[in-house]
Amino acid sequence: MIQHLPILQVIIPLLAAPICFILKEARLVRWFVLIANVMAFVVSIMLLQQVNLNGTLVYSLGGWDAPVGIEYRIDKLNAYLLILVTSISTITLMAAGKSLTKEISESKITYFYIAYMLCLTGLLGIVTTGDAFNVFVFLEISSLASYTMIAMGNDRRSLWASYQYLIMGTIGATFILIGIGLMYMMTGTLNMYDLAERLPEVEHTKTVFTAFAFFLVGVCLKLALFPLHLWLPNAYAYAPSIATVFLAATATKVAIYVLLRFIFSVYGFEFSFSHLPLTEILVSLGLLGIIAASIVAIYQTNVKRLFAYSSVSQIGYMILGIGIGTKTGLTATMLHLFNHALMKSAIFLALAGVVYRVGSVNIKAFAGLGRQMPWTMAAIVIGGLSLIGVPLTVGFVSKWYLVLALLESNWWPIAVLVLIGSLLAIAYIWRIVEVAYFKPALQNNQSYKEAPLAILIPAWIFVLANIYFGIDTSFTAGVSEATAELLFGVAE
Amino acid sequence: MDANLARSNQKKIRSRAIEILINVILLAFLAITALSLAFTKDLFASVMLTGIYSLLSAAFFVLMDAVDVAFTEAAVGAGISTILMVTTLTMTGRYENRKLHHPLIALCVVAVTGVMLIIGTMDMPAFGSDVAPAQVHVAPYYIMQSGEDIDIPNIVTSVLASYRGFDTFGEVVVVFTAVVGVLALLEFSRKESDITEKPAPMFQHKILRIVSKILIPPIMLFALYVQFHGEYGPGGGFQAGVIFASAIILYAMLFGVEQTRKAVSMPVVKVFAALGVLIYGSVGIVSMLNGGNYLDYNALFENDITGQHVGIIIIELGVGITVATAMILIFLTFARRIGKSNSNSGTKEGTA
Repeated sequence: MIQHLPILQVIIPLLAAPICFILKEARLVRWFVLIANVMAFVVSIMLLQQVNLNGTLVYSLGGWDAPVGIEYRIDKLNAYLLILVTSISTITLMAAGKSLTKEISESKITYFYIAYMLCLTGLLGIVTTGDAFNVFVFLEISSLASYTMIAMGNDRRSLWASYQYLIMGTIGATFILIGIGLMYMMTGTLNMYDLAERLPEVEHTKTVFTAFAFFLVGVCLKLALFPLHLWLPNAYAYAPSIATVFLAATATKVAIYVLLRFIFSVYGFEFSFSHLPLTEILVSLGLLGIIAASIVAIYQTNVKRLFAYSSVSQIGYMILGIGIGTKTGLTATMLHLFNHALMKSAIFLALAGVVYRVGSVNIKAFAGLGRQMPWTMAAIVIGGLSLIGVPLTVGFVSKWYLVLALLESNWWPIAVLVLIGSLLAIAYIWRIVEVAYFKPALQNNQSYKEAPLAILIPAWIFVLANIYFGIDTSFTAGVSEATAELLFGVAE
Repeated sequence: MDANLARSNQKKIRSRAIEILINVILLAFLAITALSLAFTKDLFASVMLTGIYSLLSAAFFVLMDAVDVAFTEAAVGAGISTILMVTTLTMTGRYENRKLHHPLIALCVVAVTGVMLIIGTMDMPAFGSDVAPAQVHVAPYYIMQSGEDIDIPNIVTSVLASYRGFDTFGEVVVVFTAVVGVLALLEFSRKESDITEKPAPMFQHKILRIVSKILIPPIMLFALYVQFHGEYGPGGGFQAGVIFASAIILYAMLFGVEQTRKAVSMPVVKVFAALGVLIYGSVGIVSMLNGGNYLDYNALFENDITGQHVGIIIIELGVGITVATAMILIFLTFARRIGKSNSNSGTKEGTA
């Protein structure tokens, strides 16, 4: 069975989805989905072990070797992402049972779980595959499933948010498809490693340049790079809380993985950074995103929307790390990818607890919550400190690497701007702290109880992970450095 | 001899010229359709124009010898999606609301995209060139080896169903995801569905009713032919599923949605939508249990060729089942909402 691990990673959640569709009964489906998720998580751990033992794993689907058939190819980079996606998905799902009963009508809960599984399938499929067109197919699965999940929010605006995302996402997917189509036209292959070998022959053609440009814009739409982020704030704000946690922590990260894979492994560092002014584009957009989105975040009244804008700015940090174009920069990106997933899972899960008890995430509703729901608010505050980058949290580690990378390249003015971004983060986190801890509870606020344990425990797992990986960086920094080396190794 | 050769050469040149002429005309029509689509305010006209657009592209694909793609485009683009859009129109009303903003930014984006695409064409291999990279790398393998590996006449099917069978599996899951999405958002709960039965919409159109009744069985038969003939000619599960669904949809349009739901049990249809995906997926599981890789049909039987044949027939069946039931489910869920929102759209149409 060991040699089938790569496909099992995708096929377990994939087949679980139609089975849930037949099972129908929400309770049954919930346990079934949870078991499938745990299995996927175990598979991802075994995969990382295998990759560490034997190096890159290759699996030919249908028994046809690439480039004739489709292959799955797993190296350290994918294995790392697979663990990230499956672990977050599993822990989030633990809270789903409680949280969903408040936010989705009972007859629809089964559909939510199915969409969740399909979204997970899509994300895992994108990460495992070594075939460019296969990326597109699984991107469609994950996108359609996430539109569904977002539209299921109980606020009517969720439909509009989902529709906006659908239009933007479809444009992004079309651009990606145009890019892949042009790549195929110029090389005759869809396999990523074959592409990497054959693209240099035609790298000076305008067609390959166009392919790269379209692909880049498409992926940047998907990962919500400023100014292509317009779909994200509403989508995160009005989606059911569980969907927000899952999408915020994994979907954009997988899009960044696709970006890295194509910039470094398919096109190669040389092409990407010499034919296009990629450094200038990524650094300037990344910085703009950090500053602009943080400022907008300060003025939000919906706390979920506030953190959604904060996500846009955090994506800016990751893009900035790629833009620097050095190994340290890439390490910072990889670290922040993992760390930001931890922060946002903790925060959005705690917010799910607030929605469960208070029924609103308007900043006014937070008045006095610091005393009424101490554990929930503490989770948000620690997550927030991590976003700011306070020492002993993961946020500090990734910002440290980022500033280090900037100073290595002697870009100290940009390092200063990054620190200003952190200051802005203090501003928006402080607004919540101020309302929650220093304002008396509203009169019509009956004394709210602490969020239920089913939500609180998963949220605190993420909070503790924020602290643990902030102190002991050997795992995250080690893996990030290894993947950065790997990506640059492929380029050389 | 020489005269013969010259004559056949002349013939070739002439047929080539005609082909180019038809291509140019078709592409011009496509451009005109697209432009009028952008300008029309009548949504019904837009829907019809998208149908025409798909039909024209299907014709264009036929000229490029991509008959399978053309078939799919005709069945899905011109057929089922037009029906779904018209169904939606009955709920939203026929005319576009006055725009409140000028989509200048959108125009700029479109212009830039267009310019980029044109730049992209500059270094493309010549149209129809036989030394284009796409013709000399993987494609020759499919053409030369398909007979030996899989032994079916339609190479497109062997690529779709076997060489790149996992992509096709993904596409089936995409269709399934769409169904889940539509049901999750539009399905009524049981209490809401106690709507009074209305007379069938086309009750007074006797000719339509009788002609369609005659047509429905042959449509279904044709769907089955397309389903099981995919290895030999253009066709396969996707097209067959859509055609089969269109027979049911035709029935629903003439005799009413509630009547159709009596004939076609929704819970059963739902089970089948999931079953199609599971059938496809379990072929892969069986080949894994037999010691092959996922979806390796060679592992299904001792004889590789038999394995490939059986594997392809079963997965195509899975595709057909999921696509057909998906289309039926999407249409019926859409159509059932018409009665619900008639009150709003009625007034709108009245003013328009």
